[in-house]
Amino acid sequence: MGGAKTDIILLNESDIRCDGRKIDELRKIIIKAGVLQNANGSSYIEFGNNKILVGVFGPRDVHPKHLANTNTGILRCRYHMSPFSVDERKNPAPSRREIEISKVIKEALEPSVILKKFPRTVVDIFIEVLQADGGSRCAALNAASVALADAGIPMRDLVSACAAGKIANSIVLDVNNEEDQFGQADMPVGYMPNLEKITLIQLDGILTHNEYATCIDVAIQGCKTIYQIQKKALIDKFFQGDIK
Amino acid sequence: MMENDKRSYVTPGDVITTGTYRADQNVICQNNKIISTVVGISEIYDNNVKVIPLAGIYMPKVNDIIIGKVISHTSLSWELDINSCYSGFLPAHDVFGRDFSAHADELSSKLAIGDVVTAKIANFDKNRDPLITIADKELGKINSGELVEISPSKVPRLIGKHGTMIQTIESITHASIIIGQNGRLIVSCKSPNLLSKTINAIKMIETQSHVADLTDKVKYKLESEGD
Repeated sequence: MGGAKTDIILLNESDIRCDGRKIDELRKIIIKAGVLQNANGSSYIEFGNNKILVGVFGPRDVHPKHLANTNTGILRCRYHMSPFSVDERKNPAPSRREIEISKVIKEALEPSVILKKFPRTVVDIFIEVLQADGGSRCAALNAASVALADAGIPMRDLVSACAAGKIANSIVLDVNNEEDQFGQADMPVGYMPNLEKITLIQLDGILTHNEYATCIDVAIQGCKTIYQIQKKALIDKFFQGDIK
Repeated sequence: MMENDKRSYVTPGDVITTGTYRADQNVICQNNKIISTVVGISEIYDNNVKVIPLAGIYMPKVNDIIIGKVISHTSLSWELDINSCYSGFLPAHDVFGRDFSAHADELSSKLAIGDVVTAKIANFDKNRDPLITIADKELGKINSGELVEISPSKVPRLIGKHGTMIQTIESITHASIIIGQNGRLIVSCKSPNLLSKTINAIKMIETQSHVADLTDKVKYKLESEGD
């Protein structure tokens, strides 16, 4: 981030990005719900080159017991990158970055899930990044919200997430790995499309007020597109695609 | 596609209807919009809106009949696995009566670990595990029959409207089926053939629970198979 020097042309004269996308185009997204037998809910997402598997357990007994809350259920989240998910082997121990992403994903899902009905229990979300590219926190959040719905956890709305950013002085949708490293700004946004509420917003880089406003609009448009894909994944699993 | 336009398939966040309706199960009301909170089938009746969920665990409700497995006991109570996020609490005096004595009576003489019982939820609140009772007729230890587990959210579908679905199965296969609201069933039949036929029908309901006219399809399937 911060526009390091590179030979990669992030945006050419005809507004085509380094991976051949237009400035308002998402990467290819595939979501599948209910891919694991032993978890209560699960999902798998391919978001460009990201490949992420999510398993949800619960509501179930809280261990250690002192974390239990008698008024409501609690949410726990673990974001983990497999050692083989990046170019060079990653140490499987949780890094500073993974702990941060676990926390922001948990906080992005909390406004959506309704755990009041499940006092003294916990809902555990396990996110396993099998292959990492830029924007894995957004991809993980999308998959986690589908897995929660698959587990039958009551939710106010699905949470869709998408990043927007600034490269070569233009605002673009869905920042990939190269653009994240050499671009000027990256802003992941988590959004509940039906309630029209933002649950996650982070910004790495510098944007003017106008650029910021455009960035949010662009990201929200992306979230709305992703929401349809999430919804389709659930419909495919539960109704075998049969819906009016 | 559902032919009745008052029912439709929903996912979390879907707006089912707007206006002054009463929010029943699995829906929330926000700015006059009735929003679904789970994946399921929405139903609008009278002034109520509810969603029948297609996934989720069993949440204990007072007076529910459930089927539990004994997992452990202390000198005063049994602990039952009731297929929920809470374990059931069955106090000894419920089984032994008021003159129960922790010194004289051995709990495992009545219910051993691994025994299956039909029971009723006597009390449940957010602070304690659900209190269970077997002191009622037709409750207690089960000695025979096949234990079948289905997803707890599919139990209402298995019973059907006014019990039509379960009656269809029982009348064709002459099976006796005890349904626990927690997704466990005890099926007893006269012959192994009829038993497997019954279990197949139950599994069919579980996998195709969102399909309309399921009762007729199950009936057709059972009748076409013969004995």
